[in-house]
Amino acid sequence: MITVKELTKRYARNTAVDHISFEIQKGQIVGFLGPNGAGKTTTMRMLTCFMPPTAGSATVAGFDVLEEPMEVKKRIGYLPETPPLYPEMRTGEYLEFVGRLKGLSGTELSKRVDYVCERCSVAEVREKLISKLSKGYRQRIGLAQAIIHNPDVLILDEPTAGLDPKQINETRDLIKSLAGDHTIILSTHILPEVEQTCEQVIIIGKGKLIATDSVSNLQKRASGAESVIVEVASRSGELDTAAVQTRLEMVSGVSKVLFKEKLQTRNVFEVESGRGSLARGDLARAIVEAGWDLNELRPSAVSLEEVFLQLTGNQAAASAEGASAKGASK
Amino acid sequence: MRNVLTIWRKELRSYFASPVAYLLLTMFAIIFGFFFWNIVGYFVREGVASLNRGEMFPMNLNERVVRPLLANAGVVGLFMIPLITMRLFAEEKRTGTIELLVTSPIRDGELILGKWLAALTLYGGLLLLTALNFIFLFKYGNPDWKPLAIGYLGLLLQAGAMLAIGMFISTLTKNQIIAGAATFGVCLLLWVLGWAGGFETATWAQVLSYISVTTHTESFSKGVLDSKDAVYFVSLTFVGIFFTARSLESLRWRS
Repeated sequence: MITVKELTKRYARNTAVDHISFEIQKGQIVGFLGPNGAGKTTTMRMLTCFMPPTAGSATVAGFDVLEEPMEVKKRIGYLPETPPLYPEMRTGEYLEFVGRLKGLSGTELSKRVDYVCERCSVAEVREKLISKLSKGYRQRIGLAQAIIHNPDVLILDEPTAGLDPKQINETRDLIKSLAGDHTIILSTHILPEVEQTCEQVIIIGKGKLIATDSVSNLQKRASGAESVIVEVASRSGELDTAAVQTRLEMVSGVSKVLFKEKLQTRNVFEVESGRGSLARGDLARAIVEAGWDLNELRPSAVSLEEVFLQLTGNQAAASAEGASAKGASK
Repeated sequence: MRNVLTIWRKELRSYFASPVAYLLLTMFAIIFGFFFWNIVGYFVREGVASLNRGEMFPMNLNERVVRPLLANAGVVGLFMIPLITMRLFAEEKRTGTIELLVTSPIRDGELILGKWLAALTLYGGLLLLTALNFIFLFKYGNPDWKPLAIGYLGLLLQAGAMLAIGMFISTLTKNQIIAGAATFGVCLLLWVLGWAGGFETATWAQVLSYISVTTHTESFSKGVLDSKDAVYFVSLTFVGIFFTARSLESLRWRS
């Protein structure tokens, strides 16, 4: 659906996007991940034909962004970082205006406006002035305008920035529900967001492509081993930490037992093993049979955060530089 | 064409959603009404005086009332134009809505034309209000309507050119105040440039005087349709629109 080849954007003093190539299949929901100033917005702006690339090419739905921008624009719904709203308009009026801009008219237009109002739950504020609405509503109106012409591709630039946790969840659910009909690219610098919403992730840093893979593959890639968190408690007084550790190490498949913390009568351990070789049942049985209580046994998933840190290397330096790069690009 | 209409409608709606349009209409109507009252009053007094002196009534309504009124309307319009154009692009740039417009499947030309036409329509509304005053002139006097129509055409052509220039200036900044002030400065300069021809006869002074708007409004307010002057305003309009288009394009390369 989207093919990007050696895409580059240079400004007078810095290179915002440096030879990025990737491909996105139809119907996928892709996270565009990177620290602030990594070049996410610039890449998105090139895909939406807002600005032309310095070098390289990008095609959306088979149309080149430089050669046939009109065709590309017809097939893209775009939500910039700040939703492009006219505060003096009413919600319905605004959506109608955007619909007309995108080439809709007549009954088709009013049908689509009804549909997106329903879909993005802004129907109840349809007759309200946008200037009087909360940030959450504005963000949803922004999404509504992006999907009004039922585009093949949806490009969302930090769709959850500045929302409260409840609104963030609502917005994420909404985006997830839109996948399938649309191919979605969503930029963010919040890692859990990608883990929760996206199937595929493209990581960029300082304008360069760092990794592109599925979320689960990336998690696997970061960890060769599998690990579980175990909390063991004693029924009678103090728990002998060393004894528990020795017992756990004896369970077959366990390669390493890490003592994490001691809480009076409870101890927490992290048990590592080779991939696929750990029998959690054995672990539980061993603990119970030794006369202890097993309070908790859960897999410790490697978060994308760790993947991200591993991939981007020195994160602190990257984000510091990234911040200054972003400042320059704005 | 459909897209031009969409933009035109949205712009007009924005003008009338804020107090801007009403403020301009009221201000213009009051100021023009004052001029009308003043000039007509003077005309009547002088007419009576000349009758008392036993002179024939040689005074012409078109010459003595319509012409100075239209000239004044042009000057007042000069103050209104920056207020009309300053927000056209500056506001879109400030709020980020320019991203919506530029990433929509419409041509830059359609966007610019829609905005310019909306500004011109609002200005046309201002002129329409002033036309109400002339009803009295037709009711109690007997002016010739043709020079009056030509005078209005001149005002509209002149406004079209100034609005195009103002629109171009509005693409250069995110700040409405700066856009407005710069437009006002440019309009004023174009107005007073004609004075150069008053005392100098060198070529440069003639060029300056040709560039000036004043030189080209005189024939219109006299009621004479001079193609030379019409061409001046139309080409100035094209220059303004052309620069707006170039500026919008460069906005993409730079932003």
